[in-house]
Formats: sequence, C-alpha cells, structure tokens
Amino acid sequence: MQNKNQQTTSIPFWRDERILDILGQILFVLIVLFFGFVIIRNMNAGLAKQGVSLSINFLKGVSGFDISESLFPYSRSSSYWQAYLVGLLNTLSVSIIGIILATILGVILGVARLSTNFIINKLAAIYLEFIRNLSLLVFLIFWYLGVFLKLPKVNEAILWPGDIILTNRGVGIPWGLPTASFPTFRLIMLFGLVLAVGVFFGLHIYEKRTGRAPLTLLWTLLTFLGVSVLGWFVLPEQPVTLDLAYINGLNLAGGKVLSPEFMALTSGLVLYTSAFIGEVVRAGISSVSKGQVEASRALGLNAFQTLRLVVFPQALRVIVPPLTSQYLNLIKNSSLAIAVGFPDVFYVSNTVQNQTGRAVEMISLVMLTYLAFSLITSAFMNWYNQRIKLVER
Amino acid sequence: MRKSLLLVSMLIVASIIMTACGSSAATDAPAADATEAPASPAGFGVTLETVKARGNLICGVNAQVPGFGYVDESGNYSGFDVDYCRALAAAIFGDPSKVEFRPVTASERFTALQSGEIDILSRNTTWTLSRDTELAGNFTATTFYDGQGMMVPADSGATTLKDLDGGTICVQTGTTTELNLADVMAAEGISYTPAVFEDADSTFAAYSEGRCDAVTTDKSGLVARRTVLADPSAHVILDVTMSKEPLGPMVRHGDDQWFDIAQWTVFAMFAGEEYGVDSTNVDDMKASSQSPEIRRLLGVEGDMGLKLGLDNAWAYNIIKTVGNYEEVYNRNLGPDTPTFIPRGYNSLYTDGGLLYAPPVR
Repeated sequence: MQNKNQQTTSIPFWRDERILDILGQILFVLIVLFFGFVIIRNMNAGLAKQGVSLSINFLKGVSGFDISESLFPYSRSSSYWQAYLVGLLNTLSVSIIGIILATILGVILGVARLSTNFIINKLAAIYLEFIRNLSLLVFLIFWYLGVFLKLPKVNEAILWPGDIILTNRGVGIPWGLPTASFPTFRLIMLFGLVLAVGVFFGLHIYEKRTGRAPLTLLWTLLTFLGVSVLGWFVLPEQPVTLDLAYINGLNLAGGKVLSPEFMALTSGLVLYTSAFIGEVVRAGISSVSKGQVEASRALGLNAFQTLRLVVFPQALRVIVPPLTSQYLNLIKNSSLAIAVGFPDVFYVSNTVQNQTGRAVEMISLVMLTYLAFSLITSAFMNWYNQRIKLVER
Repeated sequence: MRKSLLLVSMLIVASIIMTACGSSAATDAPAADATEAPASPAGFGVTLETVKARGNLICGVNAQVPGFGYVDESGNYSGFDVDYCRALAAAIFGDPSKVEFRPVTASERFTALQSGEIDILSRNTTWTLSRDTELAGNFTATTFYDGQGMMVPADSGATTLKDLDGGTICVQTGTTTELNLADVMAAEGISYTPAVFEDADSTFAAYSEGRCDAVTTDKSGLVARRTVLADPSAHVILDVTMSKEPLGPMVRHGDDQWFDIAQWTVFAMFAGEEYGVDSTNVDDMKASSQSPEIRRLLGVEGDMGLKLGLDNAWAYNIIKTVGNYEEVYNRNLGPDTPTFIPRGYNSLYTDGGLLYAPPVR
C-alpha cells in the first residue's frame, strides 16, 4: 500500500498525461490571446500614426448621397446609419428570395438528374456541369450587361402575358396597392395566424392522446386562409387592389418595377446556387438504399407516395447539412452585388466608408452583419436538422 | 508524438515572445526614431527618404479617364495627372521614368494614401474640407479647375436639368459627384433615381447600354469619356455646371516636407509657363538667361532645390524632361488631342485664368 502511494506521487508532472493535457490547452489559449493582442495593438498603433481614433458616432451624420432602391423612405438628408439599414434590408430581401427560388429550382434539378428519361436526365446534367463550373462574378456580369441591359428600350418594351413589361430600365410586374382598409385587414390576418397556431397545437395534442394522425398542416393552413378570405370579403372595400405597371415616358411606373441590377443579381445567384443544390439533392436521394424503394413499392405505395413518404424523409438527413452551407454561400455571395451596382449592405457600407474615411469601423460592421446572417441561418438549419434526424429507439 | 507536439508549440511561443519584444521596442518610441523607420507613413521627411531608398515614386492614378489618367493596350500610362507624377519623379530623381503607377478606384484611393500604399494621389481628386480634415489628407495645389456636368444622348432632346425630372442618372460611387448630384437635385426639387456604379468603366458601360437618361461626372471626365463611347457625336454635354471641382494632387497629413515638394512641383510648372521656359529652350535659358527669377527657378542662382531637400536642378529637370504646365496641358488636353478641353479657368492669371505661382525665392 505504502509502496503504491509512493509510486503515484513520484511521477513528475511533465510526464503526467492529465496535467500535460491541461497545460497544452492553456498554452493554446495563450497563443490565441497573444495573437489577438498583437493584431489589435498593431491596428491601434497604425491608427494613432494616421491621427484617427475609432468611433461609431459618425453614423449619425447626414449621408448626403441617394440610393437607387430602398424598402423604406430614404433621401440624401437621412443618416449614414439609415443608409446602412437600406443596404441591410436589400441584402436580406435578395438572400431570402434567392434561397427560396434556388431551393425550388435545385430540387427540380436534383430529381431531374435522377430521372430515367434520357433527355430530361441529360439536359439537367449539362445545366449542372455548365453552371457549376463558371465563375459567379463573370456569371453576374453576364446577366447584367449581357441580358438585362440588352433588353429593348422602354418605347420598344417586350410585353409578356401576366402584364409583365421587360425593358432595359427594369422589369415591371403587377403589385398589390394597399387601400384604406388594409390596416384592418392586416389585423384580421394576424388573428387568423394566431388561430392557426392554436389549431396546430390543438391537433398535436389530439394526435398524442388518441394516436390518430389528423392532417395537421392542412387544417392549420385552411384555418389561416379561411379567416383571411372571410376578412377580404367582409370588409367594405377590397384591402388590396391590383396595380399594373405601365410605361410613363422614358420610364416604368406603377406596379412593382424590379431594377436590372436586382434582376441580374437575383437570377445570377439563383441559377448558380441551384446547380449546387441540385447536386446536393441528387446525392441525398441516391443515398437512400434501393431496398427501401422496393419495399415500399411491395407494400403498395405508388411512385409519388414512395418519393414523398419513404425516400425524401430519409434523403433530407443527408441533404440538410450541405444545403445549409449552400444557403450560407448564397448569402455571402450576394456581396458581389457591387459588380452590378445593386445597393446591398456591402456596397452601401463601401460608399459610407469612402465618404467618411471610417474604413475599420465600416468593414467591422459589415463583417458582423454577414456573421450574424450566417449564424442565424445555420442555427435555424441545425434546429431543422435536429428535428428530422433519425429517431433511434 | 505528444512530446514532440509540445516541444514545437513551446518553440513557437518562444519565437513569438522574442519577435514581440523586438517590435514593442520599436513602437514604444515612434517619435524618437521616426527617421529610422522608413516604412512609417507619416512624419517630417519620412516620405522623401522612403521614396529615395526605394528608388522610385509610387503614384496613385486613374486608369480609366483618357486625357487625365489612362492605360493603353500595351500598358503605358498617359494623361495630365500621370504627367504630374512624372514631373514629381523628375524633381526627386532627375528621371521621369522612376515612377510606379498604381491604379486606384475612387473608393479605395484615400485608404491607399492613408495606409502608405501610395506616396501621392494624383487622380482627378476634388479638394473639399472633409477630405482635407477627416480623411487626413492635404491638397497641395489645384492643377485643374473643373465643374460637374451632365451628359445625355443627343436624341433625348434634354437641354436643362429640369428635363431630366423623373429620369434615371448614372453616377460613380465614392465621388463628390455623387454628393453634388443629390444636393443639386434636392435644391432644384427634381426627382430622379440614381444608378450607382463602382468605377468609371461600369458607369459609362451602363449609360451606353441605355440604363440611364443621363450620366454625370466632372466635365473634363465627360469630355474624356465621350471619346471612347461607340458614337461620340450621339451624346451632348448639357450647358450646366453643377459644382466647383478643383482637382489636384493630395498627400497625407504629417509630412510637411513632402507636402512642400509636391506643391512646388506644381508651382514650378506654372512658373515655367509664366516665364516662357519650356522643354525646348530650357538649356538656353539656363546658360544665358539674365532674369533672376528664371535663374533661381532653374537653380543657377540660390539654393531653392536644397531648401526643399532636393537637388538644385529640380525645376530644370521637371521642365526639361516633362515640360511646363502649357506643354503638359497641350499634350493631354490640347486642341490636337481627342480629349480637347478649352483652357478656360486653367490659364495663367495673366491670361485671365486662375493659375498663379507664388514667387520662387
């Protein structure tokens, strides 16, 4: 006993695995902290030499420049901070629209790529190989200078069915014009939403108690739509009227006019990202073993049911993680807007930086913005991934 | 394995600590040994020393405006602002080729100057109060008096700014032009949509594709860019001047000697024209002129160059190798060039213009 004790205490600490592990980690943290310290100190020394000190008060100053498109009223007398917000919302709208459209197109492409129909299969393959191997910047400039600016002038506009007007000044589409009763309608829709959430949880509890599976999502959706449609007709006047775009002199007016810059950026990002998503979807579907399909067909499910109930739920587990990184890519790639003149957050911040000389502050702000977008997206996707992953019993 | 890893990480830490000690010693006393640190971007005399040690001048220029700063197909720079860089190199080294041109965009130019990436900015840059203060720069002298103009397709029939009401206007970001446009349109109550681009090439590409009803920049820029449009005669410059745009070379705060050199290089070119000294007669003038002013300028009398920290033949070298103001103007913007701009305000004060060099004495 005595002997054993002596043996344990006699191991010197530099040969003790447990202590070495901890020491190694402390050392690593110290190195990281030290690098951070050196970098910040270096920046401060550099700024001091230039006679500049860090501050974000300049954001309150009057910007003095106009921005081509904004989701809220903005003019030259707005502040730099508002200019930044304009850019932020523009980036958000491009990202959200881009992600939705790229996902739809990507899923179609992925399924087409696995089609047994020779033409569909090969067409999808050619599309994927072609788009994936282009440089995105080149692709965007092609869409801008080669497609949207090459559309005819306003007086020779192309008219598409659905009241869509194509010109080199932008694409005019019909849009809703809120009337006086719109605020009331908004409240009714909110009520419908609350009710729908109630129905959703109610049916959930019902399912748990009885073990019978009602069509939860369908009923939830019907509740919301039902309340909304009822509100639409009960109100004295239509809450939203249809506003068509029309040609007004040299420019488009009315409806919603999508600028060539917005169209070029969105189409470029959507088509580019959809090619990658298509490959992700194909990989996901291929990962489901053939036995699963054969078994479900043997049980009497038809092809669509097999895809929806057996293949897709299993494929999703493989699809979601790489899909998340494609979403993040799309958000980050949207900063290439600067090449086609779309005022996204990076472009506007660049202008602010140039007018104020506040490079460090604005670049930090932009980096934080993209970091926040990416972390939120990936948190959401991780939550979704957690939800759909295989439940092992 | 674990031991060797530990050893490596210890070595790394040791080396970092050593280098850190070295660098902290240097940064702790920046004022005392400023001259010993030629990489430092500011401080009296530092820039000239850095430039001399490097053996060439790094000049931030425009590469997209013919007549002012432009790169041709074979990579040669030419233009009014480019020739100023050559003159400065001639003043320092006696050789106008000892200059490295670095093209900078409108939005990166000030950061490039502040960080010391370029020694001087000669890129049709407008002198304003906030650039003089907030952007930590100093404008040396106005080399070109300009004003903002507006160009429209000839078939649009527009003649005044009011005709552009409700239209779209192409403009380049990071310029005073962008700010003036917003100011003028707000003051006149004209509504418009800006289409803003990152550089001059994309601004004018979009304009020529019909993206905008008009394009705005300095009038000199409009004249210059019109020459490279598909059909220059199909575009007219409106008879409106939207702003004052004094353009000139800019240096960063903190090095007064460098400021003086950059400023007097401009004045030497003005004085050359005023006294009738040009590249063809400068040798004769140096040998035989009895005018004290010319003798001082060319370094025959006095030690004007030495006072600037340069060779006494500094102005002689400028005029001999690059030319006086008139020669540089005519070479780039004169009647024989495609980018002809009448001299207007850019004449000597004796001819009713604004160019006026203080006495060289």
